[in-house]
Amino acid sequence: MSRTRKWLGNTGVLLALVAGLVVWVMLPWFAVLALVIALALWLAFTRSGRLTLEAARIGISSLPQRWGASSVIVVGIAGVVGVLVAMLAMGAGFESTLKQTGNDSTAIILRGGSQAETNSVITRDQVPLVSALAGIARGADGRPAISAELSQVVNMVTRADHTDANAQLRGVGDAAWALRPQVKIVEGRRFEPGKRELIIGQGARKQYVDQQFNDLKPGTQIELANQVWTVVGFFASGDSHDSELWADVETLGSTYRRSAYQSITVKLDGKDGFNKLKAAMAADPRLKLDVDTTQHYYAKQSENLSRFLKVLGIVIGAIMAVGAVFGALNTMYAAVAGRAREIATMRAIGFRGLPVVVAVMLETMLLALIGGLIGGLIAWAVFNGYSVSTLGNNFSQVMFQFKVSPELLWNGIKWALGIGLVGGLFPALRAARLPVTEALRAA
Amino acid sequence: MKYLHLIWAALFRSKTRTFLTLLSVITAFLLFGMLDSVRVAFSSSANVAGTNRLITTSKLSITQSLPYRLQSQIESVPGVKKASYATWFGGIYQDPKNFFPNFAVGPGYMELYPEYVVPPEQLKAFYATQDGAIVGEQLAQKHGWKIGDTIPLQATIFPTKGSNNWNFKLVAIYRVSDNKRKGEENTLMFNWKYFDEANDYIKGQVHWYVIDVANADQSNQVAQAIDKLSDNSDHETKTQTEAAFNQAFFKQIGDIGMIVTSIMGAVFFTLLLLTGNTMAQAVRERIPELAVLKTIGFSNRSVLWLVLAEATLLVVLGGLIGLGLAALIMPGVSSASRGLIQLPSVPAATWGLGLALMLIIGVVVGLLPALRAMRLNIVDALAGR
Repeated sequence: MSRTRKWLGNTGVLLALVAGLVVWVMLPWFAVLALVIALALWLAFTRSGRLTLEAARIGISSLPQRWGASSVIVVGIAGVVGVLVAMLAMGAGFESTLKQTGNDSTAIILRGGSQAETNSVITRDQVPLVSALAGIARGADGRPAISAELSQVVNMVTRADHTDANAQLRGVGDAAWALRPQVKIVEGRRFEPGKRELIIGQGARKQYVDQQFNDLKPGTQIELANQVWTVVGFFASGDSHDSELWADVETLGSTYRRSAYQSITVKLDGKDGFNKLKAAMAADPRLKLDVDTTQHYYAKQSENLSRFLKVLGIVIGAIMAVGAVFGALNTMYAAVAGRAREIATMRAIGFRGLPVVVAVMLETMLLALIGGLIGGLIAWAVFNGYSVSTLGNNFSQVMFQFKVSPELLWNGIKWALGIGLVGGLFPALRAARLPVTEALRAA
Repeated sequence: MKYLHLIWAALFRSKTRTFLTLLSVITAFLLFGMLDSVRVAFSSSANVAGTNRLITTSKLSITQSLPYRLQSQIESVPGVKKASYATWFGGIYQDPKNFFPNFAVGPGYMELYPEYVVPPEQLKAFYATQDGAIVGEQLAQKHGWKIGDTIPLQATIFPTKGSNNWNFKLVAIYRVSDNKRKGEENTLMFNWKYFDEANDYIKGQVHWYVIDVANADQSNQVAQAIDKLSDNSDHETKTQTEAAFNQAFFKQIGDIGMIVTSIMGAVFFTLLLLTGNTMAQAVRERIPELAVLKTIGFSNRSVLWLVLAEATLLVVLGGLIGLGLAALIMPGVSSASRGLIQLPSVPAATWGLGLALMLIIGVVVGLLPALRAMRLNIVDALAGR
């Protein structure tokens, strides 16, 4: 009978725990803060709270004697949080690299239905038609601020293992500089129109070497499409252009026998410039083109991969968390069993169930918090700014960096405390249910 | 072996602890099984594909096209059995999220892939139907397509008569017999001739050639001979084995190996600590018992072996269950998602590596407690000092 009751009780606790965890994961920071303050007030100003504090102090002061066992909780949780934060940071880094590339004051125009620059074709006779449309801002020279560009995938030699990788070679004209003020030359100079000169983004510079496997530097010569190109400079933009090579659009077009352009980037005129442009484009039957703000265009490109990385990170993190929970349970059960006499004595001299339960939980949560902090710190120290590359939407390499943001660290801490909660609750309940007389009698 | 029941009894002396430790070992090896299978699949998926096949693409870049007239030249290269070609189409079915590869293939393309099983009459119908399409079984199931259905695709690159709407008639469905490669059933192919006539942009252009060589040992020479055909032309080629081609492609997606290895490092470090601690605890609790064993005549060495065997048994038991679970779950996920998520089954290489890891971890975590048990002084231990 009492077995069934205990079993029912445990199941009830388990259900409450699952519900609690779901709420906990969704809790915003201010609610967590309120919770912590409420707990602190309870600890400081009520009788049972003060008893809890005393009980917890006894437990925590004996922690150094059980360092080996306690470190299981700390290291286990640090592992979970480290892996979780690192995986999420990878997704966040990719997302932010692509998102920064776009903004809501410029728009990109592609052939209808083409989704990405590589697939798009915009014929030369369409360019003047586009520049005459409403909604396009004018540049300093009074002409419409539009930049017709080419995007060619070329093979470059990777630094890592000297194999070929797809790099994006963008052909641009003068207007591109004004439309992308974030692109700055950091070494050398801009290419000159009409010459076979290249400038290379800082991400691409790290990723590739020349065909003799030497570092890229101003003056390096690279053979592309049977023609020799000279590297004249390097640029930095802090976004996905960093992975690109830039050259003069007309020279690139003639080298690759491209008579048409692939995309047009325009500066939008004021807030409703985009709507005006879209309406004007739809009204012209000669222009079967898609127009999208660059912000939306680049954000869309990161959507799939960053969602995939997020799901992967959470699944792996969750499996590891389950393992860490078992580790924490093990340790805390052992701790409770080892201190059975001590706990029974405390209960005998008047400590009630609640203070004993909360004290054991506090102890576990403290260890979990330390573990979470260590894991987050390691992930931050090792992975923040770590560069990786992947194939982007244009069938070419996009370099990005892991981004360990405070938000991700906060998430990691929340996971750590969640694991601590689960790992501490059942041992705490056992401590409170310990039959006092038996525990006292047992050696 | 005769001590097995003794070890077994010692293992389950504290059921809760053993059970919890076992569960964490299981989760660790479950994760290991899944991650390592993915890693193996990435690094060797190429190797399971035919070694007799070469892929020729443009040397400039993979998106650059090659003239289709190269086919007859390639076929006349000594050592080449057959060659066919394909052009990437990149069409979208209803929504970009439904992505699957689709391309136009030349005559004889399907025959280059004998592992793609097509009923002969369907294959015949495919080549005979101008706008016919052939799809993999998984893809057909996913979208509920049946033979005779019309499949509309939105072109992203090649319009036809000024519009992006292409329609294909499904006339054939192929299957891949090898379970590991079910992911390759996610492709739609249609006749290149139809594509060449109907698209508004390019005529007589292909993106890659697939070449069947008579003898895999000659692949290198044949590849060089093929590249020589277009030396110094405006369409220089790059020919490599299918394996090398796939591997280069996967490598660009990301360094899967690095990520997997670092996750596994974190998992195993945690696991080591966890199990090691449990074993230390178990030995500490049993000091008087071990002393009794020694008193009744067990040698120091056999006590060492007993403890070591106990630790190893625990890890191997959990590891096998974990890997077994991974082997069950992975095909389950693949089939439940109807090919949307492709997880490989646990390959022999992963089982082997996993087993080795279990033994190593077992010995490492058991060693310290076992040494301690071996050095135990009977009198002190019995007295509880």
